[in-house]
Amino acid sequence: MDKKTKSILLDPLAEKNPITLQVLGICSALAVTTKLETALVMSAAVTFVLICSNAIISMLRNKIPGSIRIIAQLAIIASLVIVADQILKAFLFDVSKGLSVYVGLIITNCIVMGRAEAFAMGNPPGKSAIDGFANAMGYSVVLIYVALFRELLGSGKVLGYTVFASVRDGGWYVPNGLMVLAPGAFFLIGFLIWVQRSLTPTLQEAE
Amino acid sequence: MDLINLALKAIFVENIALAFFLGMCSFLAVSKKVDTAMGLGLAVVFVLTVTTPLNAFIQNYVLKEGALAWAMGEEAASKYDLSFLGFMTFIATIAATVQVVEMAIDKFAPALYTALGVFLPLIAVNCAILGSSLFMVEREYDVVESAVFGFGSGVGFWLAIIALAAIREKLKYSNVPPGLRGLGLTFMVAGLMAMGFMIFGGIQL
Repeated sequence: MDKKTKSILLDPLAEKNPITLQVLGICSALAVTTKLETALVMSAAVTFVLICSNAIISMLRNKIPGSIRIIAQLAIIASLVIVADQILKAFLFDVSKGLSVYVGLIITNCIVMGRAEAFAMGNPPGKSAIDGFANAMGYSVVLIYVALFRELLGSGKVLGYTVFASVRDGGWYVPNGLMVLAPGAFFLIGFLIWVQRSLTPTLQEAE
Repeated sequence: MDLINLALKAIFVENIALAFFLGMCSFLAVSKKVDTAMGLGLAVVFVLTVTTPLNAFIQNYVLKEGALAWAMGEEAASKYDLSFLGFMTFIATIAATVQVVEMAIDKFAPALYTALGVFLPLIAVNCAILGSSLFMVEREYDVVESAVFGFGSGVGFWLAIIALAAIREKLKYSNVPPGLRGLGLTFMVAGLMAMGFMIFGGIQL
């Protein structure tokens, strides 16, 4: 593996993480993370859409006229999301209900549009697919971190299995209700960004 | 009364930015100054109020199972369920509406056009817009309800982004730990605001 491919593959995991540094795709990262299961399914859906959309848009990059490229990209992404949504509805109906509107919102997920615009429009299909995969992984890592803590602290469970026996079931753990609600998600991502930037001072914002 | 309830719920209780996390990208990126936040907020209110009922119209009269009854009779229409085309249709409607609205404002209200500036075209890919159309489908609103819901969601987003921008303007003068500066602190503030908005839970007229 040459150096460039390696950096395409590894950078989005930490140094150019789509959520904590590029500030892309935050809506779904916050919304689908009350349970680890939904977060995993959402990550899989985004990975599928991102790899395919990057590859397809990159293949068509010399054919798409500049002035209507946003609409052309949206059409490709929307078709892929329809496929992902139909597959989820067919095989994982309960999780798909839990994800509610957020599967559809992959269309306007800034990661997908952002990578199409920033990478796929100027690079060959192979590299674009790798870039899509790497960014999807960077997204998934943050999603899994947030979901793990929200489910563990919010209900004492991981993937539905009890880790901390909650008071209601006769155990000792008092579930932290805040983690399940909206503010918990904001705080967890805020903390993640704080930790990451304290460890890597070059990423800090000057103000 | 139901409609007022619906609007109040969309603005405060189920605030589209702080409870459903929609439009987060622009919520965090365009909230550095109150002026720009105001421009984006107004554009969102405007576009949401137009696109949500428009999409509701398409959903109820074209896409939904049996919705084509007005064109081909009850029996023939019940065979067709085009709702899987929803995503594609909604995003196309939104992109087209934004374009038309942009041209109309440019022609008839040049001052407003300069004020909204770059935000109008960007709104086509704002999750809040597509999100409320999808909520409209999930909750089965009719055209009037979705107009009220769209307006309410827009006002909710506008309130939230103005408040966040005002707080961030003040935060410029505070001494923040280096790792937390910028994005990290914005998340924390948004979290506290979400907690604040939670007190509206359960309010009904």
